[in-house]
Amino acid sequence: MNNKKMTVVIVDDDIDYLAQLKLYTENMGFSVLTAESQAEGEKLFENFKPDLAIFDLMIDKHDSGFILSYKLKQKYPDVPVIILTAVTSETGIQFGLDDETAKNWIKADLYLEKAVRQDQLHREINKLLNL
Amino acid sequence: MEILKVLVVDDEPGIRSGIERILRNFTVSYPFMDYDIKFDIIEAETGEIALDIINTRKIDIVLLDNKLPGIQGIEVLEYINQKHYDAVVMMITSYASLDLAVKATNNGAYNFVPKPFTPQDLKSSMEMITKHLYLKRMTEKMHQEGKQSSFQFLSVLSHELKSPINAIEGYLKIMQDKQVGENIDDYKTMIDRSIVRIKGMRGLILDLLDLTKIESGKKSRELKNIDIIDTVQLAIHSIEPIAIQRNITINLNAPNNLKYVADADEMEIIFNNLLSNAVKYNKVGGIVDVTISKTNNQIIIVVKDTGIGMAEEDIAKLFNDFVRIKNEKTREITGSGLGLSIMKKMVGFYEGNIEVASVPDQGSTFTVTLPIK
Repeated sequence: MNNKKMTVVIVDDDIDYLAQLKLYTENMGFSVLTAESQAEGEKLFENFKPDLAIFDLMIDKHDSGFILSYKLKQKYPDVPVIILTAVTSETGIQFGLDDETAKNWIKADLYLEKAVRQDQLHREINKLLNL
Repeated sequence: MEILKVLVVDDEPGIRSGIERILRNFTVSYPFMDYDIKFDIIEAETGEIALDIINTRKIDIVLLDNKLPGIQGIEVLEYINQKHYDAVVMMITSYASLDLAVKATNNGAYNFVPKPFTPQDLKSSMEMITKHLYLKRMTEKMHQEGKQSSFQFLSVLSHELKSPINAIEGYLKIMQDKQVGENIDDYKTMIDRSIVRIKGMRGLILDLLDLTKIESGKKSRELKNIDIIDTVQLAIHSIEPIAIQRNITINLNAPNNLKYVADADEMEIIFNNLLSNAVKYNKVGGIVDVTISKTNNQIIIVVKDTGIGMAEEDIAKLFNDFVRIKNEKTREITGSGLGLSIMKKMVGFYEGNIEVASVPDQGSTFTVTLPIK
């Protein structure tokens, strides 16, 4: 599998979770760019098209992940986006992306719980990138 | 058996009657619920009619289309939210923009069901919403009976506790699989960070204990004539190790002694919070000036730091539970986000007041005034 040159953009304000995601994705063979805030995140893809993006849902604001995803998709509709969230189980708010309408407004390809296992993340990324 | 009133707001008669047909003989039951739940459907073809119904009778669940002939669904939602009606709203919508989704979520919409939906889609959404409503009402009932602190507090709390656990677990898994090699030194940052997160959690738990004591009213208060200069000196002493590490000077401008009728523990919490913030959010080599003075009717405590300061909009939310100002300057600083909320409650016991003035990159000044009675 040759995915050496592919770049993943990761935005999360939890620096530990960010460091871990970076390590995981690097170990999968990607090159990784990271940011800790919505504004920094936007800069990452201002003049650069990544192959995949992973956004935490609640960064600076409750909906930072949505906004980042929306902006990225406006620029590069074909770049897959994963939104990571720790909120679902606490708030009871559920986001499903199984149908076209939801995909239309949420503008992310996949939602994952933050406690996602490494192998699971690996599988999902491969699926999104058709690897 | 309980019957929930469901208001269906949609201008398409087909959708309304379809929902009515699907839910007519539908029953929700969960093992944890004491009774089964059925639904009674009320129909409204416009937002205006819906508002009339909501104002005159008790509605449990609103299934709300956004695109309506008169006022829009989102406005109906805002109205319900403003009036604090105890109804759960689910948006049914064929077209939803991101703006609408964010706006609706902020206004308390519980869920979205995209149109067209299958009977099964609607039934599973209704199951979820019923469970949510049941739990919400149970929590409120417990709250009224004084058994529980607020549900929102608990959900934020579980989030705050889960984040460090996720972080530490992640590092441990990396170590378990030896993902960066055999040499323990290569794991130093991960170990250090895990310890930092554990310290943060411990701080949170300690703050939480303080808060629980305050909120349950169980914290026994012992009002005595104490010397608050002693208390300040104690607080300075306990923060000194951190101040020395960061080369921060703490100056105390105060009379030799100052008697005040107060609970010693409460005064300690107030001063500890003021001083630890002034040190934690300071710059290396910074200064903390503590000035204590007395007028005829009040004691004035001013703690001024030369730290990172904060923006106007951050000050406004500073005293809420779990608020931590997040930016690149605060990322390395640990805290529970409860300290100032606790301090404010404590100062409130004395009918005192807290004021904050701050300039980004120059520092913050906290002024606490305590009336003398």
